[in-house]
Amino acid sequence: MLAVDQGTTSTRSLVFDRGGRMVAVRQREHRQYFPRPGWVEHDPMEIWANTQRTAAQVLADVPGTGEVMALGIANQRETTVVWDRDTGRPVTRALVWQDTRTDDLVTELAARQGAALVAERSGMAIAGYFSGPRLRWILDHVPRARERAERGQLLFGTMETWLIWNLTGGPDGGVHVTDVTNASRTLLMDVRTCRWDPDLLAFFDVPAAMLPEIRPSVGVLGTATALSPALPITGALGDQQAALFGQTCFAPGEAKCTYGTGSFLLQNTGTELVRTRSGSISTVAYQLAGEPVHYALEGSVAVAGALVQWLRDGLGLISSAAEVETLARTVSDNGGCYVVPAFSGLLAPHWRGEARGLVAGLTSYVTKGHLARAALEATGWQTRDVVRAMAADSGLSLPALRVDGGMTTNNLLMQFVADALDTPVVRPMVGETVSLGAAYAAGLAVGLWSDVEALRRNWHRAAQWSPSPERARALTAEYPTWERAVQLSIAWGAP
Amino acid sequence: MAYGRAVPGSVQSIERAAAILQVVAGSGGTLGVTDIAEAVGLAKTTAHSLLRTLLLVGFVEQDPATGRYSLGTALLRLGSSLDTNELRARASNWADALAARSGHAVRLATLSGDEVVVVHHVFRPDDSAQLLEVGTALPPSSALGKVLLAHSHPHTGSRSGPRPPAVAAELGEVRARGWAADRAEANPGFGGIAAPVRGAGGLVVAALGVSGTRSALFDAAGVPRPLVLSMVIDAAHAVSRELGAPGA
Repeated sequence: MLAVDQGTTSTRSLVFDRGGRMVAVRQREHRQYFPRPGWVEHDPMEIWANTQRTAAQVLADVPGTGEVMALGIANQRETTVVWDRDTGRPVTRALVWQDTRTDDLVTELAARQGAALVAERSGMAIAGYFSGPRLRWILDHVPRARERAERGQLLFGTMETWLIWNLTGGPDGGVHVTDVTNASRTLLMDVRTCRWDPDLLAFFDVPAAMLPEIRPSVGVLGTATALSPALPITGALGDQQAALFGQTCFAPGEAKCTYGTGSFLLQNTGTELVRTRSGSISTVAYQLAGEPVHYALEGSVAVAGALVQWLRDGLGLISSAAEVETLARTVSDNGGCYVVPAFSGLLAPHWRGEARGLVAGLTSYVTKGHLARAALEATGWQTRDVVRAMAADSGLSLPALRVDGGMTTNNLLMQFVADALDTPVVRPMVGETVSLGAAYAAGLAVGLWSDVEALRRNWHRAAQWSPSPERARALTAEYPTWERAVQLSIAWGAP
Repeated sequence: MAYGRAVPGSVQSIERAAAILQVVAGSGGTLGVTDIAEAVGLAKTTAHSLLRTLLLVGFVEQDPATGRYSLGTALLRLGSSLDTNELRARASNWADALAARSGHAVRLATLSGDEVVVVHHVFRPDDSAQLLEVGTALPPSSALGKVLLAHSHPHTGSRSGPRPPAVAAELGEVRARGWAADRAEANPGFGGIAAPVRGAGGLVVAALGVSGTRSALFDAAGVPRPLVLSMVIDAAHAVSRELGAPGA
């Protein structure tokens, strides 16, 4: 299986074998454009070129290229591209999911009559985080964009749509489709019927003519004639959903958390949509062609590894990210110190953009070791915040948390998460869960694997951290102190 | 030019290299080979060949875009041992791949004083109940222990005294062939195969190995199964390369 992982900083092409083991990988980074404070852009043409190049390289790397059966795509979510269907040229650079230029637009829209409809239909509250407001911004600000979009001259897509269109011929018969997980992150789709919703399109003032067709995540999407040999494209998922799929979380209650710059926890909730009240998001997990949609609850935390990077680059306390564990182990507890890393507000489950970071509980007893420990604990506490909100929304218990991402080599953090959740934390043998999920989706569609049970058999535990009953009790007693620090960080940022 | 002056009894090239390092350290990564040659009063070709050697051992780094030199990580790490958490982070992908391909549990170990300590552990990929052994000590007769002891310096602070001749001979062999085996000596029925991991300065900083039943790792005569052995050596090599070991 060939998998393309189109991420925020790079595009990677990987080949996996039937056992779910990675055989080859090629990667190429792309440029980040920051034209103004808060604006983040990518060049879609550069990303398309990197996709072609890495895919061609990785196909050349593997012996027996002819044995590669199909292609699956996982992509950075909510990043928005608009392009001309005849020239294939984007009308502007892609607006990246980290871009905050739509904040004012979103505030204005949220105050309008009918705004409640957005949460009711799309399953998500209006926020600049999603792609619909970015599309609206392009229509409002790029000259003649709205008029051309209404005539059907311009096409909209998230990254998987842009890549599939180009892979299948571009202006020359390219297929204009999106997968249901990506579509669910636009605020334009009815999360129950999985169709574009006319009322939401009217609310955001987006012409239906420019929207791609919504397809299942697993099933034939088109033929990538741009590759040699041409391969069927049979899977597409947003990256976090791909990680859920790669971690084989197919049963209600099963959950994964990816610890990278931020942390992203998704819990499968089965085929019934869960209405959220506690601060998690209802999102589409995946859909196999001809089967009902599976949903998930999602809790995104903006700052996890980014806090460790700040200790390294901002404070110079450590010279590499991994050394944070060494520093944290110079002390046996946090010394009464708490760090709330609300660098640009708090996402799930609080959704308080005004919150600002703080270090609480400083005394002359506190050393840099305590600070390092408090920083790692912050990531563990935030996982507990999210899990608690999800449990309140879904009523599902968490049998175990499957983890991936760079921070899973940090044993102190992983043990703290296990103790804070009072739940085993397990790491799989294949850390590349995003691209593996894309490969799995594509491989299921072409019959390389018979069903999701066959995928489960490929999942192997590489490590497990089990909760200690005494530590779990102690952390439950300590949790209100953390919550108080969070409330202080919200109060601090309040106008 | 003070740096160009020969001091009686000194090795000239070391003296010149030291002068270059001082210039590079003081420049903050702003100098190219011409500037450096001028600053130390050497011909450009001489400065260039000295810089090439310094690059090779990791004492300087060169910006691929501008060609300018700065101090290398090997120099910055000189005198401080490699952080074990950093080691785990850098080795993790290779350790996972070794476990997935070989079907055996993988451990990465370092010496802490005289003790062989596990710094990373990947479970045997059969989903049976296993406990994470990070932080536990292994016997010196384990394959990982033999690799580490073979490359350690017993005269520096060893509490265990001189090694018996038989042990010393086996460790010499381990050093020469580049891997070690434990044919169920440390733990009846279970054995291991391990290879050295080298750091940026070329010294052995850790040992990486698999463990499993004696019959899975060795034939009846006690010879390591070639496929497993080559996987272990390749993985250890890959981690060494990741750490910037010269020639890895």
